[in-house]
Amino acid sequence: MDSSLIYLDNAATSWPKPPEVVQAMASFIAESGGNPGRSGHRLSLAAGRVVYQAREELADFFGLDDPLRLVFTANVTEAINLALYGLLRSGDHVIASSMEHNAVMRPLRHLQREGVHLSFAPCGMDGHVSLAHVEKLLKTQTRLVVVNHASNVTGTIQPIAEIGALCREHNTLFLVDAAQTAGVLPINIEELQIDLLAFTGHKGLLGPTGTGGLLLGERVPFEEMKLLVRGGTGSRSEYEEQPEFLPDRFESGTPNSIGLAGLLAGLQFIKSHALDALREQETSQLARLIIGLSNLPNVRLFGPRDPSRQVPVVSFTLDGMRVSDIGFRLDEEYGILCRPGLQCSPAAHRTLGTFPHGTVRLSPGPFTKDREIESVLEAVERLSAELL
Amino acid sequence: MSQYGVVLFSGTQAALRAEKLLERVGQVVKLIPTPRHLSSDCGVALRFSWAEQNEVVNTLDRARLAYETIAILDG
Repeated sequence: MDSSLIYLDNAATSWPKPPEVVQAMASFIAESGGNPGRSGHRLSLAAGRVVYQAREELADFFGLDDPLRLVFTANVTEAINLALYGLLRSGDHVIASSMEHNAVMRPLRHLQREGVHLSFAPCGMDGHVSLAHVEKLLKTQTRLVVVNHASNVTGTIQPIAEIGALCREHNTLFLVDAAQTAGVLPINIEELQIDLLAFTGHKGLLGPTGTGGLLLGERVPFEEMKLLVRGGTGSRSEYEEQPEFLPDRFESGTPNSIGLAGLLAGLQFIKSHALDALREQETSQLARLIIGLSNLPNVRLFGPRDPSRQVPVVSFTLDGMRVSDIGFRLDEEYGILCRPGLQCSPAAHRTLGTFPHGTVRLSPGPFTKDREIESVLEAVERLSAELL
Repeated sequence: MSQYGVVLFSGTQAALRAEKLLERVGQVVKLIPTPRHLSSDCGVALRFSWAEQNEVVNTLDRARLAYETIAILDG
């Protein structure tokens, strides 16, 4: 690991990973290398137990009673696609926020061409969706409300519990895109009244890429959901039809068991360090970033600018310098790794007025050090001074 | 020699869930290849001591974990 690098791109993928994650993946491939759920011999069962353990601990972490209602996917995008294509039919109405990522927008735009009706609840300049807007858009044909729990552009945390309550009142299903919040904010789907939670394993949960999943709450009619993939499950092999039961209905083909071993270790790391403690450290660094950047000339800061209302994601621009140049120079001259541009979220940038150029995004993680935040502020100050 | 019973589940992840639930309440269980005379499924089944049948069923019911078949295992 190059310790001179300052990695502030945890919203894209967390790095570094805890050593326990690396160790768990190495041990898995060395010791439990069977195909989970296929053969029934001891190495197959050892692999199956790791996959099940990850399923059970993640279900428990998110407040889902029945671990078998947690379906593993390759990433949060696949989980969102499974939910949207699984549930929505021509004539259905969907409400999304105007801060959605393309993981939601692109399937929705495609479904729109198939006859699904879309409404977007507008968000303020801070990225916050108003509850009144969502309520106004709800109608009897509304099948689903989908909301990005926290924006990957501004970090804005949406009022999930309130939207969840609204959806129950109107008997509408509620899908939450937890790409930026799983492992960062506490999420209990019972308490927040979330019906479908899509998460990724490689960001806040500190696991490897290639892991994610969809939680199917009790109100979700999974038997009616269309499938993205069919194939071998290791179960009901005598039938050439896909099994109906969970999780096999949605989990065809050999799963990413090595990745899930790593994800389990990432989750255990978070549990052992307590989410609250990690959040406290990230919040204080976020506050320092917000204050530091706000004080610099030529800097425009986007989002709530309030650490209690955002996950550790900050977006800024410098008047007079292209965001691509800022990103390149931070990397080349200072070893600071960030993400310039649209961050796969054109809708969010339209909301913020930063389309099509985008912003520079800084996203600290659990391993970011206070002195690294100071180095970033010094570097941006130097860039900003060139423009005076 | 004590007699064994066997529980068949819809899939392997359900069988693994049962294994954990039962081990947590102190049952001695083992996952074995599904006996071919009970099902042509190529997955695993959960073997338990037949004397513990009530406790096994109650534990699975409490967790609302559905199973396909429960049977006495010969030999």
